[in-house]
Amino acid sequence: MTTMELSAPRPLGLARHSLALAGRSLIKTARNPEHLLDVTLQPVMFTVMFTYLLGGAVAGSTEDYLRTLVPGIMVMVTLFASMQSGVNFNDDIKNGVFDRFRSMPIGRSAPLVGAVLGDAIRYVVAIVVLLAFAAAIGYRVDTGPLQILAASLLAIALAFAVSWMFVLLGAVMRDPGGVQGIAFIVLFPLTFGSDLLAPTETLPGWLQAWVDVNPAAQAMQAARGLLMGGPVAGPATATLLWSAGILAVFAPLAVSAYRRRS
Amino acid sequence: MTLAFQARGLVKRFGATTALDGVDLSAEEGTVLGVLGPNGAGKTTAVRILATLLRPDSGTATVGGLDVARHPGEVRRLIGLTGQFASVDADLTGTQNLVLIGRLLDMRGAEAKARARELLADFDLSEAAGRAAGTYSGGMRRRLDLAASLMGRPKIVFLDEPTTGLDPAKREELWGVVRRLVDDGATVLLTTQYLEEADALADEISVIDSGEVIAHGTPADLKRIVGGRHITVRPADPARLDDAGRVLSTVTGRSPDSPHRGVLSVPAETDRDFPAVVAELDRAGVPVTELALQLPDLDDVFFKLTGHTAADDKEAVAA
Repeated sequence: MTTMELSAPRPLGLARHSLALAGRSLIKTARNPEHLLDVTLQPVMFTVMFTYLLGGAVAGSTEDYLRTLVPGIMVMVTLFASMQSGVNFNDDIKNGVFDRFRSMPIGRSAPLVGAVLGDAIRYVVAIVVLLAFAAAIGYRVDTGPLQILAASLLAIALAFAVSWMFVLLGAVMRDPGGVQGIAFIVLFPLTFGSDLLAPTETLPGWLQAWVDVNPAAQAMQAARGLLMGGPVAGPATATLLWSAGILAVFAPLAVSAYRRRS
Repeated sequence: MTLAFQARGLVKRFGATTALDGVDLSAEEGTVLGVLGPNGAGKTTAVRILATLLRPDSGTATVGGLDVARHPGEVRRLIGLTGQFASVDADLTGTQNLVLIGRLLDMRGAEAKARARELLADFDLSEAAGRAAGTYSGGMRRRLDLAASLMGRPKIVFLDEPTTGLDPAKREELWGVVRRLVDDGATVLLTTQYLEEADALADEISVIDSGEVIAHGTPADLKRIVGGRHITVRPADPARLDDAGRVLSTVTGRSPDSPHRGVLSVPAETDRDFPAVVAELDRAGVPVTELALQLPDLDDVFFKLTGHTAADDKEAVAA
């Protein structure tokens, strides 16, 4: 039996295939705008709730509270938005179209990278809604547009990395509800185990220790530094290192879980 | 001639169920292999192994001379797969679905669009090209699915029950597509539950039952085993049953039997038997409400080969 001729594969296949699949997920989002409802409503809800519930008690006035709250909420809403990557992926791999992807000459990680990249639109929507709404109720950035961009990118970088944890869940769990359940157990200590809502001086030692290493708390510190003025280099570096570390551990785990599931 | 694909001794178990129990399948380049069997016989499992979607527990499979377990990436560059359930994205339009597949096959943007337009026209989907596939009818989705598997002009095409659920006209259309594929030099593996379909398309047929190949040959070989066609007659007046029976035995030289009350059936040995029966019934003045030349169906094949019907088999699987 002779071997059939094959055309040579073009280079950078994984990047191109992932982008093509990210395009697919953008088309799906555009076709189902209700999928963006959570990232549209959550920033508004969290900002209203925390500002008016806690602002007076913690900071004396809502304007002062917004200055420290908004950079933290920026990190929080992008992390919450990243959960959906895992939920959608779980739903998507049961779709027949993934059988076709599996039978095609593309990298095994391309459908996962595509799903994660396509969700970038969700982070952008969450941040834009947050900043617009906060501005409407009196929030002003102390620095400038470049710093806003830098803070946003930092928040998105961490969300990208964390979304791989959820994609892993999506590849392993049986249904979207299960993914969501576990995802919240990851998200709450990340987002609330920080000085997001109140100063941390009075925390017990063990919780203080978590706040000191928590990647989300680091990202919030960096965002605050960027938007209010203050130290940036230390917490920004910590955030990026954490993001790289989470990505390095969870992306390969997610890919191999996806490969095993067929 | 060289073999386009070859599976030898495939065994696959899912828990306590043995889906494949030593299956051999092969087809020469440029031919159609029909894999005929009832639900649960193992057809889909065999296709999924050849298409690199499943690994066999034992046995080997090569596609285009390449071992599917050792070179899955290369094999995927040679094949197109259309599964039993349409695997197109309901949120994407017809064009978007095909262009996405083209991009994943490393086509340039313009090339992918041109190929998509060509296939949409071939499959009578041009008008629906800009609509989301979720709005398509079952037959349209099936055609889009098949078009998607042909985007890369695969040399080997696996079609897993491509016509299940299609109405007869759409089925014939799809048969035309398969014939064109083969004319263009592709090799096709087609699974089906219909003997008629395998007969219409396949150069050779492998009959699968309970994870084993129980017969293999050309459609003519199989029909020889099964005993070919039958002429069935239902006289308008049940009292004329004997007159109709005399006509049948005079023409065919065989004595008819009665599969149902009021109906007579006799094997048709030659192509002239049926027209002769029509003429003789007319001459004898026997009006009929049913008169048919029936091809053997899957049940007949199964009954002859296994002693039980395909339906029994399904029940056995379900039990």
